[in-house]
Amino acid sequence: MNAPFFKFEYFNTDVSLIIAFAIGIAFGIALEKGGFGRATILASQFYFTNMRVLKVMFTAIVTAMLGLYFLSVIGFVDLSLVYLTQTNMLPMVVGGLVAGVGFVIGGYCPGTSMVAVATGKIDAVVYVAGMIFGIFVFGEMFPSIENFFNSGFMGTVTIPSYFNLSYGLVVFLVVLMALGAFAAAEWGEKKMAAKSGKVKA
Amino acid sequence: MTSLTKILTHAFDKDEGHVHIEIKEKPYSNPYLVGVGLGLVLLAAFVIMGRGLGASGALSTAVAVTVSNIAPEHAAQNNFYKQYVGDENSNPLMDWLIFQTLGVLVGGFLSGTIAHRVKKGVEKGPQISTKMRLVYAFIGGGLLGWGAKLARGCMSGQALSGGAVLNLGSWAFMMMVFVGGYAAAYFMRRQWI
Repeated sequence: MNAPFFKFEYFNTDVSLIIAFAIGIAFGIALEKGGFGRATILASQFYFTNMRVLKVMFTAIVTAMLGLYFLSVIGFVDLSLVYLTQTNMLPMVVGGLVAGVGFVIGGYCPGTSMVAVATGKIDAVVYVAGMIFGIFVFGEMFPSIENFFNSGFMGTVTIPSYFNLSYGLVVFLVVLMALGAFAAAEWGEKKMAAKSGKVKA
Repeated sequence: MTSLTKILTHAFDKDEGHVHIEIKEKPYSNPYLVGVGLGLVLLAAFVIMGRGLGASGALSTAVAVTVSNIAPEHAAQNNFYKQYVGDENSNPLMDWLIFQTLGVLVGGFLSGTIAHRVKKGVEKGPQISTKMRLVYAFIGGGLLGWGAKLARGCMSGQALSGGAVLNLGSWAFMMMVFVGGYAAAYFMRRQWI
């Protein structure tokens, strides 16, 4: 058991910032290569014409999930030391809905907007300005919504622990779900392409 | 000549989703390959640091530090700002998410430059004016900033990172993002298609 490395103090906080920068670079490259620096590509997810967002996202989740699971099974990573955000169910559900609506209106999510800014998209610069404003409004509102923000507290809870299922079984089910989603995405894209072809003709 | 036009049109139709303004621009990579790459980056973050990726956190710190510098007493009374500003012993800007986000800017620029995809422009569908697109970009950004703070994270921190560690709240957040997105898509169709 020797990972996560930082938790075993293999290096200090200063070094962790250099690692953060390096991991950020790799993250940025992946997002850009995926076409996520363009709002038109991201938004097309919601019109079923280009399902890249779903494909990239679920493939990434499955890859990291399988890797982490494998590394924990062989005893390399201590899963209990990997950070889990606490769950506050209702605020997360409401926040997710607002974020989803914002995604379609704005055309980006926070991470992808950074890549779009870096590749010259003016709308992304305006989007980031909007995001800063949104965070500021949230901050100013915070005293009045603090109770709601902290409501629905469930602690750090995973799908396996909540439903009392084995971790491996949930990993397997997520892989199955992802494969089903990929099949549906490929089918949907073909369907939409055929439909738009007919409209043009 | 007509058949050449047909072949060209067909070739461009097959190209996924993006309009070719410059021939030199390289097409985007296979989404499944990108997904594996992104997943390995995320896995590296988990294994090396014990934490996932993020994006909205860096801006939150920037906002909190700015408010705290302009109105220190006002910020000190607010638990939201306080959590990002921290105590006097540490510099809140020397933060993992800030450095990671700077890296995203550099990485995006490098990748875009190599593929000839760095180009000044506004991303929008053909039916909407640039001015309206920018108005929507601001509103959407505002909603996402607000929503991500309420949900304790955005698509990177919650959906992607929390998703991979099977965090219950993260999966709920991710499903709700899709629900909200598809629900609003109809009303936003003139912006995109």
